[in-house]
Amino acid sequence: MSAAEIAAAVRAGERSAVEVAEEHLARIAEREGAVHAFNEVTAEAARRAAAEIDRRVAAGDDVGPLAGVPVAIKDNLCTKGVATTCSSRILEGWVPPYDATVVQRLAAAGAVAVGKTNLDEFAMGSSTENSAFGATRNPVDLDRVPGGSSGGSAAAVAAGFAPLALGSDTGGSIRQPAAFCGVVGVKPTYGLVSRYGLIAFASSLDQVGPFARTVADAALLLEVTAGHDPADATSIPQAAPSIAAHLDDGVSGLRVGVVRELMGEGIDPAIAARVREAAEALAAAGASVEEVSVPAVTYGLSAYYLIAPAEASSNLARFDGVRYGLRVDAPTTNEMMVATRTAGFGAEVKRRIMLGTYALSAGYYDAFYGKAQKVRTLICRDFAAAYERVDVLLSPTTPTTAFEVGAIADPLTMYLNDICTIPTNLAGDAAMSVPFGTDATGLPVGVQVLAPALGEVAMFRAAAVLEAAAPSTAEEDA
Amino acid sequence: MANAPTVPTDSLGHPITVAASDDVLVVEAHDGSRWELVCGLEVHAELHTVTKMFSGAPNQFGDEPNTNVDPVTLGLPGTLPVVNERAVELAATFGLAIGATVQRSVFSRKNYFYPDMPKNFQISQYDQPIVVDGALELPSGHVVGIERAHLEEDTGKSTHVGGAGRIKGAEYSLVDYNRAGVPLLEIVSRPHVRSAEQARQYVAELRSILVACGVSDGKMEEGSMRVDANISVRPEGSDELRTRCEIKNVNSLRSLVRAIEFEAKRQADLHASGEKVVQETRHWDEADGRTHTMRSKEEADDYRYFPEPDLVPVELPSSRLDELRAALPLLPSQRRHRLAAVVGEPITSEPVVVAVERGQDDQALAAIAAGGDPARVLLHVVQNLAVDGGAELPAERLAEVVRMEVGGELTATQAKQVLAELVADPSRSAAEVAAAKGFEAMDTGALEAIVDQVIAANPDEWASFCTGDDKARKKLSGFFTGQIMKASKGQADGKLVAQLLAQKSSS
Repeated sequence: MSAAEIAAAVRAGERSAVEVAEEHLARIAEREGAVHAFNEVTAEAARRAAAEIDRRVAAGDDVGPLAGVPVAIKDNLCTKGVATTCSSRILEGWVPPYDATVVQRLAAAGAVAVGKTNLDEFAMGSSTENSAFGATRNPVDLDRVPGGSSGGSAAAVAAGFAPLALGSDTGGSIRQPAAFCGVVGVKPTYGLVSRYGLIAFASSLDQVGPFARTVADAALLLEVTAGHDPADATSIPQAAPSIAAHLDDGVSGLRVGVVRELMGEGIDPAIAARVREAAEALAAAGASVEEVSVPAVTYGLSAYYLIAPAEASSNLARFDGVRYGLRVDAPTTNEMMVATRTAGFGAEVKRRIMLGTYALSAGYYDAFYGKAQKVRTLICRDFAAAYERVDVLLSPTTPTTAFEVGAIADPLTMYLNDICTIPTNLAGDAAMSVPFGTDATGLPVGVQVLAPALGEVAMFRAAAVLEAAAPSTAEEDA
Repeated sequence: MANAPTVPTDSLGHPITVAASDDVLVVEAHDGSRWELVCGLEVHAELHTVTKMFSGAPNQFGDEPNTNVDPVTLGLPGTLPVVNERAVELAATFGLAIGATVQRSVFSRKNYFYPDMPKNFQISQYDQPIVVDGALELPSGHVVGIERAHLEEDTGKSTHVGGAGRIKGAEYSLVDYNRAGVPLLEIVSRPHVRSAEQARQYVAELRSILVACGVSDGKMEEGSMRVDANISVRPEGSDELRTRCEIKNVNSLRSLVRAIEFEAKRQADLHASGEKVVQETRHWDEADGRTHTMRSKEEADDYRYFPEPDLVPVELPSSRLDELRAALPLLPSQRRHRLAAVVGEPITSEPVVVAVERGQDDQALAAIAAGGDPARVLLHVVQNLAVDGGAELPAERLAEVVRMEVGGELTATQAKQVLAELVADPSRSAAEVAAAKGFEAMDTGALEAIVDQVIAANPDEWASFCTGDDKARKKLSGFFTGQIMKASKGQADGKLVAQLLAQKSSS
């Protein structure tokens, strides 16, 4: 059942939220040991929340558009009273005294939170192997990674633990795992969804977004979570867009561009072939399709690995053992901070803190951080020029399909996973990954639909057409 | 181009030029060489807002530790700052008050680790501050340029237990985050301060402006206004700029004056000995009256400033700036000019400066408008109303007293006593108070009788008075006036006594 169907049934009193919750908790009990999607399953809280929904439905209340729908929440979103760890030792056991804005909105919409999902520590990674609490496995193939950093959320949706999940996307952390796990993942326009309560990795790039098994469900979750939040100064001061109403509009007359620079070198030919098929499907549905050049995207990775670590080095400075989280005692305050951070952060987090600290240092700022910001401006400009010609762009979500656990040890090779997704974060635009068939080995392939800032409606229209036209896979029959 | 001299520039890239002034502190080094002061001041003023710079937690001094905190104040993971609009407007108001440019500004992060700073970075403004290029006219008439003023958040407060109260060697430390996130305006002057007295006047004048505009409560003793001094010296009469030191922990105007004088002499002695002044931050020790090394430039932190990605640039619409400008109160220098014009004294005259500094110029002007003699009114304001409640004395009461005094109904001494009574209870009129105290105007007949008594009791002195030269007459006039005052229990009018003595001696 889709999230929309569950909500409709619960609202109509045809299904009880408790029954829905139990069904999903049973599925979790059955497969979570193998998948490890969650850092914590909040079964009791879910049962209580579901019972409350049922009580309110019985009382005739309007319980909201996600009535009784189980949702998994990435463990870098603050949940009042429930530990929020970022999959890091440094925050192990930390219980926030407040809810992230998106978590509040989920509750207000009648959703039932089922647990906190695993991630690469502080959202730094592309495989969910960099978790202090163990790797998450891809439900499609347990020997493979689910992608990352929101691998737990992607796996939870793919495994049927919840029809919906929230993730965060700084350089592809929603879209890449969505592609690897064969689900829909959306990186909304920067500022569309509040970041208040999202534990920051790179503030100017981070954005919260939905995972779902269907395009319509993703739209539903996006609508519930989007819209202005006065607690986030970068939140766009306007109401959430109405997307679901346009899902059946089709793509007749829509102008679609295939990004030339993301179709060649470094891209698995099987994936590039799927993207071409997707373009043909859109053309068959009435869209005009052309190849479009966005030259600066090839510099995206380099700019990203200066800007994101720079911001992270500052954002993660607060984890010092003074106020919360891990503290490793030492004779002086300074030594305590050093000991705490040494013990509390994993290797990848330390690598990025050092990289970012260096990029911002006196004498290096202009050459690194300053230059990267200029590249960022060029990327924005090139995207803007492309969107003069077309309404949406098309590209692979990932250069390869899901790789095996432990297969990539070299950080740089790992970083290349996000080559197609990073440019959108730098531009502040919207993009989403839609499952579109498999490769020769049966692993899911994701096609990325990109749109300009606040271009979500056109993006979802194209995604809905692709979903309908997607070659059937064995997984979809599950 | 090859040998172009490097011109030192300020944080905005403008060349640093030091204002000329006839009031320059010159210190003599141990070898007799003479060195003049060049000084710039950085003043941190806490803004008078209800809530903090980036959160809704209360901005309030003196509460129980860690009660004025919320998740944003504590920098809890996931929290985000939101700019306090009122703080921005107060900063803009200050900028307008000093004739500065109020511009689009950008917040930046200043990164360094310290346990009383919850995020281990401070949100401040760096290359695009809200206020640039203003000036302040001191009571002396000297003008000090203001390079910039920027918004930032304050840190918490650490108390180090054991080990002499410093973090080094402390047994443990306690942190109070009530002050963390309190809005601050950092006001950076150009190096136009040339003497310790100018520094004192600058800070006092700045304080008056901040208080008058409601920007800050300006309480140095509560730390809501803190001063750092950048000090260097150079050979007397030269125009070079030498290495400077930044002096911190100056907590009163008195310490500021002492610290500047000490530091100037210290640097002059170093230069005179051929030693180098090291660019460093120094700590003023009130107890031993010296400055001490805190940290040198080499060990200074690299703050890794970069634009705060959680905030967007701040720009007030020009219509709002117009409203803020229109709402500006009269500023101290304008008020000195206004009062000086009415009382007919120079703007630098002490009573004018003092009345304005105490904020009692409106009182004086109202009393003058109500018919009080300007000079007497100003004198009473400065000398007799500098007491608790003195500033609240209604102007008409002050005018009544001055009118009675000028009309001969009260002596100067009586006027002072009546004023004191009126400050305690202004519900009665000056005439009622005078009557109650028995300050009846003595008629000429009664006074004449007393004068005659005193003359009769002192025949020798009177004879000398009548025949003596000017010097002797003057001396004896004092004697007789004193005796008459005594006999009249202070109710005699001095002017009338002098008249009567003159009449009787020549008749």
